[in-house]
Amino acid sequence: MAYVAVSGGKEAIEESIKLLDYYRSGTIKDIEIEAIENKLSLLVDRVMSEAGLYSKTYAALALKQCEGSIEEAVFLLRAYRSTLTRNYYTNIVDTDGMRVVRRISAAFKDIAGGQILGATYDYTHRLINFDIDKEDPVELQREMQKKLSQQAPEEIVLCPRVSGVLKAEGIIDSYEQNDLQPFDVTEHMLEFPTGRSARLQTLSRADTGFVSGLAYSALRGFGQVHPTVGELRSGYVDLCVPYPLEGGESIYIGEILITEVECFNTADDTGQLKLAVGYGAVFGRNETKAIAMAVVDHELDNAGPYPAQNEEFVLMHGDSLEMNGFISHLKLPHYVTFQSKLDSVRKTRRAGSE
Amino acid sequence: MNSNYNYAFLDEGSKREIRRSILKAVAIPGYQVPFGSRELPIGRGWGTGGIQLTLSLIGPSDTLKVIDQGSDESVNAVNIKKFVCLCTDVKTTIDTRDATLIQTRHRIPEIPLDNGQILVFQVPIPEPLRIVEAREEATKKMHAEKDYAPMWLQLYESLVKYKKVTIPSEYPCMVEGRYVMNPSPIPKFDNPKLHKAECLYLFGAGREKKIYAIPPHTEVLPLAFDDVPFERESFLGKKCRQCGSENTYLDEIFDAQTGEKFYQCSDTSYCLEARSHVSK
Repeated sequence: MAYVAVSGGKEAIEESIKLLDYYRSGTIKDIEIEAIENKLSLLVDRVMSEAGLYSKTYAALALKQCEGSIEEAVFLLRAYRSTLTRNYYTNIVDTDGMRVVRRISAAFKDIAGGQILGATYDYTHRLINFDIDKEDPVELQREMQKKLSQQAPEEIVLCPRVSGVLKAEGIIDSYEQNDLQPFDVTEHMLEFPTGRSARLQTLSRADTGFVSGLAYSALRGFGQVHPTVGELRSGYVDLCVPYPLEGGESIYIGEILITEVECFNTADDTGQLKLAVGYGAVFGRNETKAIAMAVVDHELDNAGPYPAQNEEFVLMHGDSLEMNGFISHLKLPHYVTFQSKLDSVRKTRRAGSE
Repeated sequence: MNSNYNYAFLDEGSKREIRRSILKAVAIPGYQVPFGSRELPIGRGWGTGGIQLTLSLIGPSDTLKVIDQGSDESVNAVNIKKFVCLCTDVKTTIDTRDATLIQTRHRIPEIPLDNGQILVFQVPIPEPLRIVEAREEATKKMHAEKDYAPMWLQLYESLVKYKKVTIPSEYPCMVEGRYVMNPSPIPKFDNPKLHKAECLYLFGAGREKKIYAIPPHTEVLPLAFDDVPFERESFLGKKCRQCGSENTYLDEIFDAQTGEKFYQCSDTSYCLEARSHVSK
């Protein structure tokens, strides 16, 4: 009998890792990092958002390394981040200053600054374009560049917030500016009840599918909302870090693309109604996730009996790394604990028949 | 050693922070200390709590042993050892006595550890009260108030229903009469090894972001009623088919061809040593 319990683990792992390369070797065509960054940009955005690390190039590298698996790519970026010393915190980003590339409101037809449809798949017919296989990338780029060069640059006008008008009218509560240091969930364990900064950070980094499913459950009946998307905007915001040598000066270090959503819900206001706002903000163009985040943010304020309203349920189970890590650990050997389970089962059967 | 990464992977600030949490855990035996768990290149749920403890403690003079299910050769043990070596170049061993730092999943070695050794456990669910209460907010209060009644009730209900306490592994213990603690999914067989030991036991839960500890000579007693004593897994009348030991935790093995059932030591390094004594 040649059974040896899980020995030869080392060789098995080496060979298993080599075999992974086999799965990427089915073609001699390569997929370049630049191509992933530019042609699979929504995938890259999703990975950056769930990883909580904004780097298109590293996200693209990670995706190439793991056959395009989102959970693996997120994993690679998170692990890499752990090795980096955190040198700076950026100043608070005021998203009022966003260079908007798309902005819509489902609440009002006319909004100050205007609706900007921008790029969206919302109004495409989802028919497979069989010709995309024959697309000439050089021609595509040339054509787009030509169109761009024919446009006269417009001055950037900052868009005021839709909610601003309603705040001025008193329908939406206004709050004092809160300049407390945010609770950073990457440096501390979440403790409950938790603050809103921890909640928003957790939701912003959460798995897209998880947040979307929760928001859907709240809309469908396990919650009592049908919120209105007051404003959804995607665009670029500037990041600055404080520069200690010049009193109060900051240094611009770059810009990131984010999607930001404010959802409006009717809420009780002692004998009358008001509008309550749910907020969502995520890296990249991740509109469903941003809306879902805004829905869940508001549901958590309600704190009712449904799953999406339960802070601990929502915030503890949506992290890509944690959920996928723990589920996949079930594949590890459990010989010892299973033996113990067997022992318990057998003992009760013996005790029962006594 | 991969020079692209810091010694022991994590940056020095992170390692120091984890060591501070360890010190707090040692000072309050059995109390779960929250910490800012870092993400590692190994999956959460695959031992990242234990690995962070190991990485924050390890130095060039250490000798590392990693076991999973009692075995040095198990895929996960090999993988963790490979990762630690990749970023430390530390010496490794399979001999329990030679190791200064042992990381384990699901077992405590059969050979008693001494006071120069640290055993690091990988913990999936650090909260012993999770089986009776799902909410962290509530369990935290229960610990603070030492309200362990639901736990005792659970044991009692199990007795009424099955005439036995049916908790298999991860059997809850009382530490120094104060905190109920989850010893990680070790079999009940290993629980007595926690009591008044010579070595330091450290527990790390990466996903759940908790660290706790049992310092040497701490009283660690499994929860049990006066008239229904704590009962371990029994291997009565069975022995290891390789070394003949009758006092170790045994894995049950089926021969696929004959359908025969065998037993052998789960602690492979102990088994190897016992066999070498037998052959002498």
